[in-house]
Amino acid sequence: MKLELLPWLILFLPLLAAGGITLFTLRYRTVSALLSIGAIVTGFVLSLVFINANGWQPSSAESIANWLTIGGLHVDFGLKLDALSLMMLLIVTGVGGAIHIYSFGYMHADRSFSRFFAFMSLFTFSMLGIVLANNFIELFIFWELVGVSSYLLIGFWFEKPSAGDAAKKAFIVNRLGDFGFLLGILMVWGLLGSLNFTVLQNKLTADPAVLGGMATVAALLLFCGAVGKSAQFPLHVWLPDAMEGPTPVSALIHAATMVAAGVYMLCRILFLLNADALHVIAWIGGFTALLAALIAVQQNDIKRILAYSTLSQLGYMVMSVGLAGPTPAMFHLTTHAFFKALLFLGAGSVIHAMHDEQDIWKMGRLQKKMPVTFWTFLIGTLALSGVPPFSGFYSKDSILGQALSQGNYALFILGAAVAGLTAFYMFRLFYVAFLGKPKTQAAEHVHESPAVMAWPLRVLAVFAVIGGVIGVSQTYASQFSPGEARESFGQSLVEPLTHSPAGVLVGLAFIAAGFFAARALYRDAASDPLPEKLGGLATAMKHKFYFDELYEATFIRAHDFIAAVMDWIDRWLVEGLCIGLVRGGTDLSGRALRLVQTGNLQTYAFLFVLGVAVVMYFVLGK
Amino acid sequence: MHVGLEHYLTVSFLLFGLGLLGVIMRRNLLVIYMSLELMLNAANLALVSFSRFNNNLNGQILVFFIITVAAAEVAVGLALIVALYRKRQSAHVEDLTSMKL
Repeated sequence: MKLELLPWLILFLPLLAAGGITLFTLRYRTVSALLSIGAIVTGFVLSLVFINANGWQPSSAESIANWLTIGGLHVDFGLKLDALSLMMLLIVTGVGGAIHIYSFGYMHADRSFSRFFAFMSLFTFSMLGIVLANNFIELFIFWELVGVSSYLLIGFWFEKPSAGDAAKKAFIVNRLGDFGFLLGILMVWGLLGSLNFTVLQNKLTADPAVLGGMATVAALLLFCGAVGKSAQFPLHVWLPDAMEGPTPVSALIHAATMVAAGVYMLCRILFLLNADALHVIAWIGGFTALLAALIAVQQNDIKRILAYSTLSQLGYMVMSVGLAGPTPAMFHLTTHAFFKALLFLGAGSVIHAMHDEQDIWKMGRLQKKMPVTFWTFLIGTLALSGVPPFSGFYSKDSILGQALSQGNYALFILGAAVAGLTAFYMFRLFYVAFLGKPKTQAAEHVHESPAVMAWPLRVLAVFAVIGGVIGVSQTYASQFSPGEARESFGQSLVEPLTHSPAGVLVGLAFIAAGFFAARALYRDAASDPLPEKLGGLATAMKHKFYFDELYEATFIRAHDFIAAVMDWIDRWLVEGLCIGLVRGGTDLSGRALRLVQTGNLQTYAFLFVLGVAVVMYFVLGK
Repeated sequence: MHVGLEHYLTVSFLLFGLGLLGVIMRRNLLVIYMSLELMLNAANLALVSFSRFNNNLNGQILVFFIITVAAAEVAVGLALIVALYRKRQSAHVEDLTSMKL
């Protein structure tokens, strides 16, 4: 393998940037930003160089440094280099790089500009670690690092109580999932005696039944980690709240990093997931997709709509993994990274121009004043809705095709319906926020964002358009189903039609329905007409189906009750009874013994003689 | 009458007991001090008589040591008592209980 050092460099550059900024350049804003941006952009260029030199499947797929050996436990610090990780490397550094550059403009007025870039670099480092990890322990360490850095970034404006709460919520909900993940890792290690992905895969290929009766349990425990990170039902509640962070952070979390980690991990350990587990995974993904799409229909905050759309798209990816289709899942993850980063950055551009106004009902008619944001956002909307020939169409269609080829018609219809809902809520957002009449004074006086924010939008827009036909899917396929012939450009352009024409037509029908419904309802609307038509359902959607309230009333209440009981036990039984008895006994005997210390010399002398007499009696008297 | 070891030891024991009683009962520091000397000399007497009756000079050598140490002790102790008296205007043990909590 040529240039073996490059992946290590790519991994550690952002960490160096984060450390350098924190230690030396916190006062020099521009230097900090350039360090951080430089690290990730260099990482992108080096990734390209490495792939150019070695191809998508380097001759040796791992680069290992031994880390620790305790008894039978061997843990390497190694890098896994195959099509999956190399493609992710490009996405994380590429999309992440665009977001870094954009942040330079977006965060320019912020007091803690340098701290922001230090955190962003730390986040990038953690995500690259997940992507490159070659064993479970390493993966888990970076997994937790992503949790920590997301906590730091979501709570970046920690002086706002809501941001602090959202950061805590994200961290704690993720910990819940990670608890199951860690148990799963321990179970795999206990049953198979190794943590290295390649070794595990070889063991399972040699004997698929080696996990025995625990296979499903282990797979579902590992899936817990993905449920937390990729915000699947029932741990989906943290993602919309994570909107409290700065908009570039939302873009980073939602597009290239963090939530992608869950899906990526599932694809990485696909060989460990058996049919039963996959079935559960598919349905949880499908359910999350539907639930989030329904909630998104009635949100009014531009970032929250996008957050629920992320949840919904993640549901698609997880569903695809569950349908034994890692290639469509990773394909959708990639295109989604392009257009979701684009949408978030576009939303950030609007929010920036509207002076931190996020309510779509206070915007309107932005196309003349913000042409770049308008057109790129339109491209993002079309791509997310799955309109051909934008990238989202190809990836979404490959997932629907996967459902059809697995014969799972229920999930196929569910997926197609969610595609329709996606088109509906995205065009609702688009019509209300960008078209129609200006709904407030502020909306009439907006200005286009500066070039440093506009150019990342343009670049991402290009990829949101062509992402479906530049061979992303084939690259993944070369890993998951080797031996398939590589398609030419023309073939991949019409691939969905040749692959599963029925799926395409049904999907497109739903998308068109969603689009026309949104157009009819929202083209000239000044307020939302839907609550009147749907009544109680709309209220439920608006309140996110009361999941936060439900968790508040059950889990959090139960947790508070247990905490209160524990507090009582600690306060009265442990501290009062046990520690109190010991303390009181010591105190009492101390007070009693103090009486002996009269301070009178002769009493001491007398007691001394008495002692000598007693000793002499025992020594001599017998 | 023949005077034997036990007679000497009896005298030594009585002297020691008197000294001890003095140390415990008397209130004046100087008297306590003298009683201490009495106890030391009771021990000396016992050692000398053991030495005499066992034909062994070790005991007498020890006595010389004790006498020397006692002399040094008197020098230090008396100096302390005088200093204490100057400070407190009293040489009675009841007045010296400041070590008590």
